[in-house]
Amino acid sequence: MIVCITARAAGTDAPVEERFGRAPYFVFVNTETGASESVQNPLVDAAGGVGPRAVQMLSEHGATAVITGQVGGNAGKALEAGGIKAYAYRGSGSVADALAGYTAGTLTPLALS
Amino acid sequence: MIRLAVVSGKGGTGKTMVAAALADVSGVPQVLADCDVDAANLSLLLDPRRVSTEEFRGLAAARIDLARCRDCGICADRCRFGAIVRRDDAWTVEALHCEGCGVCTYVCPMGAVSMEPRLCGEIYVSATALGDLAHARLFPGSGNSGLLVNEVKKRALARSAGKDLLLADGPPGIGCPLIATVGGMDAVLVVTEPGVSALHDLERLVTVCRRFEVRIVVAINRFDLAEDICRRIEDYCDREGITVAGKIPFDPAVVGAVRSGRPVTRTESPAAGALRALRDNLFSELGLP
Amino acid sequence: MKIAIASGKGGTGKSTVAANLAYVLSRSRDVVLVDCDVEEPNLHLFFPAAAVDVPVTTPVPAIDPARCTFCGECGKFCRFGALSVLKDSVLVFPELCHSCGGCVLVCPQGAVREVPRTVGRVACSRPLPRLTLVSGVLNEGEVQAPAVIRAAKMLGEGHPLAVYDAAPGIACPVIETLEGSDACVLVTESTPFGLHDLSLAAEVVEKLGIPAGVVINRSDGEDAPTVAFCREHDLPVLMTIPFSREIAAVQNRGGLICRDLPGWEERFAGLVRKVSP
Repeated sequence: MIVCITARAAGTDAPVEERFGRAPYFVFVNTETGASESVQNPLVDAAGGVGPRAVQMLSEHGATAVITGQVGGNAGKALEAGGIKAYAYRGSGSVADALAGYTAGTLTPLALS
Repeated sequence: MIRLAVVSGKGGTGKTMVAAALADVSGVPQVLADCDVDAANLSLLLDPRRVSTEEFRGLAAARIDLARCRDCGICADRCRFGAIVRRDDAWTVEALHCEGCGVCTYVCPMGAVSMEPRLCGEIYVSATALGDLAHARLFPGSGNSGLLVNEVKKRALARSAGKDLLLADGPPGIGCPLIATVGGMDAVLVVTEPGVSALHDLERLVTVCRRFEVRIVVAINRFDLAEDICRRIEDYCDREGITVAGKIPFDPAVVGAVRSGRPVTRTESPAAGALRALRDNLFSELGLP
Repeated sequence: MKIAIASGKGGTGKSTVAANLAYVLSRSRDVVLVDCDVEEPNLHLFFPAAAVDVPVTTPVPAIDPARCTFCGECGKFCRFGALSVLKDSVLVFPELCHSCGGCVLVCPQGAVREVPRTVGRVACSRPLPRLTLVSGVLNEGEVQAPAVIRAAKMLGEGHPLAVYDAAPGIACPVIETLEGSDACVLVTESTPFGLHDLSLAAEVVEKLGIPAGVVINRSDGEDAPTVAFCREHDLPVLMTIPFSREIAAVQNRGGLICRDLPGWEERFAGLVRKVSP
């Protein structure tokens, strides 16, 4: 499956970004193969309505789970509708650290609405 | 840290005056924000020293490259906001009306229209004797006031380490800038006054604030100008389970203080006394020392 | 003729001036008073009367599931985030929609159509024989104030004389209200806040090319800085209303000083002569 982690830079060593819609990068990791793809977020400076558009990006990349710090109301609704599960990571570690937490089952689900 | 916004519903009830007074007598480490980006007045009472100025770019506006334009007028035909007009025998975009939707860019057969970020205002950070102040100026006719409010809040939060209180002077009304102000706050203090308009607007504001998980507390300013309507406000709050944390009398010392550019709590006056009592009641409600 | 009443700062007494002005005008001609402060309309409190409500709608997208292939083009186009295309559904966020119609244009399958969505209403009433009141009301939580203002102004069209009560400030809803006005009365108060915000509003009316004058409300006599500002910017001071507890008491109860206190009808008639000769 494909998991998305919001990040401050590209790559799995990048620090995790707490915000969802305006995260500088989305890092998509294939949990079966371990391959990762970092996508720069075009919505960082967008005026508004960022949440729903960010969720569409996740859906386009086939993500079925996202790890981030917090999501707004509209993003939450879109994630729920898209069946994408959200998990909270608010530590100061890297994308790889967050992913390790997810795999170990230690991350708590994020309240979406 | 407690995040408190001072709001009003109807304009002119004394929000800014109360916010400045609370900041003056709070007695806790704090950071301040003026979220009334349309008409930012809090700084007039705090003697600020500007530390930084940043440009604020909101939604992009369309621009027509006349070198490519074939004058077909399809863009003007499709624009629903009347933003593309004829001027000097050519099609041009009236930025004041441009909603930034991008339809003209999409329909132009010559690719002559592009969307460009537009300067909508400025974001400031200033130092004051009562704490750092994040504030802003929105240029006339700009939309995106909600976005600018969020930028102001971000700058305030960036300076909130070690503070017990984030105090925001909010905008009037119940639209975008108010919603942007109230989102993420722990509590709102609604400053109202005894008038039928103010009571009506108080009810609408409470409805909007209830959509957020915020504590709602009320203060009645100039309460003695119409004691019967003041009672109606208190009855309404009682029915709705909303605490009235203070009642401030009409007091010429308030205008005097505003004219001298300082919070009224620097004077010895009935209003100052009532504002100190408001501070005590409010902080005790919020769990602040 | 269309006269707009505006102010930079809230609470200066715009609605009071608009209500009294409209009252005095209606004594000798037909007037429509349009409440364009659609987030906090209050003119109906000065002129209570049975009203007829007309809903204000704005078009928002509806997706035809039979035609939609989830290609995502609409979601990518929308700059307001009103559409989110997921793997087998499209989520619409109607409160984010600005009704630009772009999603309908970009869909390759013709799967998007527009449906009306209610964002507010316009309440029309006849409180006095020659005074029509048209109040725009934006539903709580909605952001499309300009759509409601346009509808309210439209229902006032065709009247030879209209008074528009604008929202405070200088953002979109105020610009929408000022559009097409022949004159603007800026209401201020004689405090540093009032003057600071008056300067912002004066800049706007100048940019829009609308001739303007100033009413100083709640004056405590210390108006010199405001009067100086007006002189520097060629803004006639049309009237000064002193602060008095008596006036405040009448206004707070939703009364009209033109009707309830002696001398004010003549003074507002003087204001009328200056604004619409």
